[in-house]
Amino acid sequence: MRALRALVGAGQIKSLRRRLVWQFVVLSALLVAGLFVTVRWVAESASRASQDAVLGAAVTAIAEGVRSVDDGLELDLPYATFSMLGAMGDERIFYSLRVGADVVTGYEGLPPPPAPPTDLAPVFWAATHQGAQLRLAAVARPMLVDARAVPVMVTLGQTRRGQAAIARETAMGAAWVALAFLALVLPVALLAAEAVLSPVRRLAEVVARRGPRDLSPVRYPTPRELTPLLRALNGLIARLRGALDLAETFIFEAAHRIRTPLSLVRTEAELALAETSDPAARTRLRRMVRAIDDSSRSASQILDHAMVMYRSDQFEAEMLDLAALAASVLRAVEPLADLRDLRVTSAGLGRPCHLRGDQRMLEIALRNILDNAVKYARSEGTVHLALHEADRQAVLAVCDDGRGIAGDALTGRFRRGSNVEDVAGSGLGLTIVTEVAAAHRGRFSLTPRPEGGTCATLSLPLP
Amino acid sequence: MRILLVEDGEELARAVASRLALEGHGVDHAPTLADARLFLDSAPYDLILLDISLPDGDGRDFLAAERAARREVPVIMMTASASVGDRVSTLDLGADDYITKPFDFAELQARCRAVLRRRAGAADSRRHFAGFTFDALGANVTIGEETRELRARELRLLEILLSRPGQTYSKAHLIDRLFSFDEEVSDNAIEVYVGRLRRKLEGSGARIETLRGVGYRLIAE
Repeated sequence: MRALRALVGAGQIKSLRRRLVWQFVVLSALLVAGLFVTVRWVAESASRASQDAVLGAAVTAIAEGVRSVDDGLELDLPYATFSMLGAMGDERIFYSLRVGADVVTGYEGLPPPPAPPTDLAPVFWAATHQGAQLRLAAVARPMLVDARAVPVMVTLGQTRRGQAAIARETAMGAAWVALAFLALVLPVALLAAEAVLSPVRRLAEVVARRGPRDLSPVRYPTPRELTPLLRALNGLIARLRGALDLAETFIFEAAHRIRTPLSLVRTEAELALAETSDPAARTRLRRMVRAIDDSSRSASQILDHAMVMYRSDQFEAEMLDLAALAASVLRAVEPLADLRDLRVTSAGLGRPCHLRGDQRMLEIALRNILDNAVKYARSEGTVHLALHEADRQAVLAVCDDGRGIAGDALTGRFRRGSNVEDVAGSGLGLTIVTEVAAAHRGRFSLTPRPEGGTCATLSLPLP
Repeated sequence: MRILLVEDGEELARAVASRLALEGHGVDHAPTLADARLFLDSAPYDLILLDISLPDGDGRDFLAAERAARREVPVIMMTASASVGDRVSTLDLGADDYITKPFDFAELQARCRAVLRRRAGAADSRRHFAGFTFDALGANVTIGEETRELRARELRLLEILLSRPGQTYSKAHLIDRLFSFDEEVSDNAIEVYVGRLRRKLEGSGARIETLRGVGYRLIAE
């Protein structure tokens, strides 16, 4: 049993598929070999049984042809019987009639039966005689010879050439069928292994298709045997998500803890600025306030970026009105524009513009675009926001009349961490907008205006 | 403007109150929501500056309760978290605006003005001085029958000068109040705005006086 297990176990084979195929083939080969042996044995016994029936009848007929006559025994050879035996093919026939230990007629030296017969019930055995395989049958009959009862034994033998050939042919036929089966086994085994392993492969595909930040549990109908694997996988995902949630909470908490003292520092710096007229001190204080503003802006953008990445992976679009959203973001940015004495104008916001998107992500994008425009616009200049629909796209363009940027620098602005000239935080902001556009299957571009300034254009597909 | 500042950080609250006082606002400080309720019951306020996390509760719940009770004092939420989610949820609760710590006081001032402008009519924003009327929310000055529009910086400059007429403001001080800190401006930049405002006030009986080496002040002729 252990040897069989070792043979089909295929412990060394790394691939489950090959292992399954190997096991299937080995087991099938064993079954086919067993079948071959069985067929051969059955064919052998069937041919022997039919030969025995004929031999038994024949030897009994010969024995019954022996008669006691006055001067001894008389044997009538039953020719019909011999011709019947001869009809069985190219076989040779041997017979002998013994009285006691003497051969009265027939061939000398036929092999003796293993157990001598006692009556007319035939005894069968196999033996070799003159180099040929013989099947022999013998019966015994007591006869009166000279008023004495003597045992008379009739032995009849027949070569097995033809019978053996029939058995061999039957077995060979079976062997061919078995080989044909074996040839079929390989593709069948491949198919079966494929069918057994396909749930594993599909599960792997489902897991592989996930984005790097998709940490929802895997819900996929799997066979019972794969449930422990799936459960272990989901357990791991849950632990990972827990760790990430903790990290996210930590980031927000850290932002909170850092921003509160920063506000105090900033406020105190502004108060100090109001109280001093020393130019050197004022320059230092202004630098300080500017550094705080930069770090605060960077922190906001890092959080925005994290939020956009997270929501891109869990993207769930809903119907929203881009015109209303743009109007509300514009309103939030207006005080900032006011600070720089910028005029903010808009067009196309009066009519709703419905599309499918993620409200929070789009709000972040619009906020970044407008913040950028306000930052770059010429002092006392204009920022113009226009929304229109064209080619099944909602096109939102925000144009400023700022200093404008050369083509190279424009594309560079999309790189994370790159700033334009002295304006901090512009790099990540535009990266964020580009990512929001990509998540919505839209486009974002910055183009210089011939009359000076830049247009930021966000195109989003309409449903 | 009378402002109620609801903020639990003692030092920050004191600094913010001092800074807002520079703009000429009267500020009361409530360190808890319970104190805030007492202040609101005892005096009318033009604006509440409300922190989100306070020792005795969430500022958003307080805001929701105020709005549910139909008390419509304008509220600007202050928070240390910059997430859009917070912004959207506080605006949905009825906040008028939202500002992230650390904030620029000029931005806060601008947001206050925007909030009050949206709620125009809530308070009379007109001030009379010498021969002109200044409407901060309408962003104009009226001299006799003539109304002259003011641009944002002209308006803020006039607001500052008008908060204490006769007091001298240095160029440096005015620059701090008129320009955001990420703009590099020279001391002369202020002269441009003073010049424009002088033209807008021509014939009004008021005059912006230059005190060489000291600053500017608004006086009636």
